Amino acid sequence: MNPGYYLVLSAALFTIGALGVLIRRNAIVVFMCVELMLNAVNLTLVTFSRVNGTLDGQVMAFFVMVVAAAEVVVGLAIIVTIFRTRQSSSVDDASLLKW
Amino acid sequence: MDVSVLAQATQEVAATGGGTAEQVIFWILAPIALGSAVLMVLSRNAVHAALWLVVDFFCLAVFYVALEAPFLAAVQVIVYTGAIMVLFLFVLMLVGVDRSDSLIETIRGQRIAAIAAALGFAGLLIGGFGRSILDQPDLGLADANAEGNVFGIAKLLFTDYVLAFELTSALLIVAAIGAMVLAHKEAVRRPSQREQSIARFAGQHPTPLPGPGVYAGTPDTDEEPMLASGAPVPGGPTDFSGSSLDAPGGAGGAP
Repeated sequence: MNPGYYLVLSAALFTIGALGVLIRRNAIVVFMCVELMLNAVNLTLVTFSRVNGTLDGQVMAFFVMVVAAAEVVVGLAIIVTIFRTRQSSSVDDASLLKW
Repeated sequence: MDVSVLAQATQEVAATGGGTAEQVIFWILAPIALGSAVLMVLSRNAVHAALWLVVDFFCLAVFYVALEAPFLAAVQVIVYTGAIMVLFLFVLMLVGVDRSDSLIETIRGQRIAAIAAALGFAGLLIGGFGRSILDQPDLGLADANAEGNVFGIAKLLFTDYVLAFELTSALLIVAAIGAMVLAHKEAVRRPSQREQSIARFAGQHPTPLPGPGVYAGTPDTDEEPMLASGAPVPGGPTDFSGSSLDAPGGAGGAP
């Protein structure tokens, strides 16, 4: 099967994720959209791994997953901290560095 | 999730020439993946968004199997849908699920501009690198996966990418400590007697509130109870005129 289809699909998923980051205002949903973008990139890496006939792309996708896990942990901790100080998880309310 | 089962499925997909079976998988799951992604962006409730994202992650896991990456498919299911999405839902429940996004735009025309920008971006991506790869020959991973997908990834991970692997351990420990520092809250401490006293005098009632049944013109029990006119409250503790206390044997007191 032509690998181009996978690339088109991952490009579409990445775009949907970026659109979600732009239009959503709940910080947690914005975070989910970032996750979707990372997964779209992972699909691209795995597809290129098969096109090239080596496993390097899969190893890179593995590292992307590890970094994504670390990012989620720190990001959700930040969201919880913001929620504690201003009782809201909307990105519009977090307009100041301090409260 | 057994990796060997996934490896077998991968081999079966590859054995059929990667043709019809893979095409059936792709054309069934690609619309589901796209649709769940769109629904995730559009759903007002954050929990629904999380569940649509889980559907999307499962679709991607199946794509990884079709692309001869069974190890990554297992990791996708275990780490993403297992750990990360549970963490998301955990934080959602912590923050409160009943608040849904407001539909009022803070920047005028932001949504239209965002959609236009996204369409342009998608056109750029799909038209650009999608077209450049469409006639590329697919080498396949039959050689690289000859000893098994997990074995091949492990060989790369501990030889060529060992430095990145070690850095990953540093990243994970920093993330764990960072999350603890960020989300840590001071433990609830019992205030000292001095702090309690200061708080009491700063408030409305330095003395305890009067008990029920105590009539007083002022809220203060230190002063003698009196009526609004200033006279002592009849029958009160300071009113001794004609009190039933003098009357011997007065059982009822007040007539």
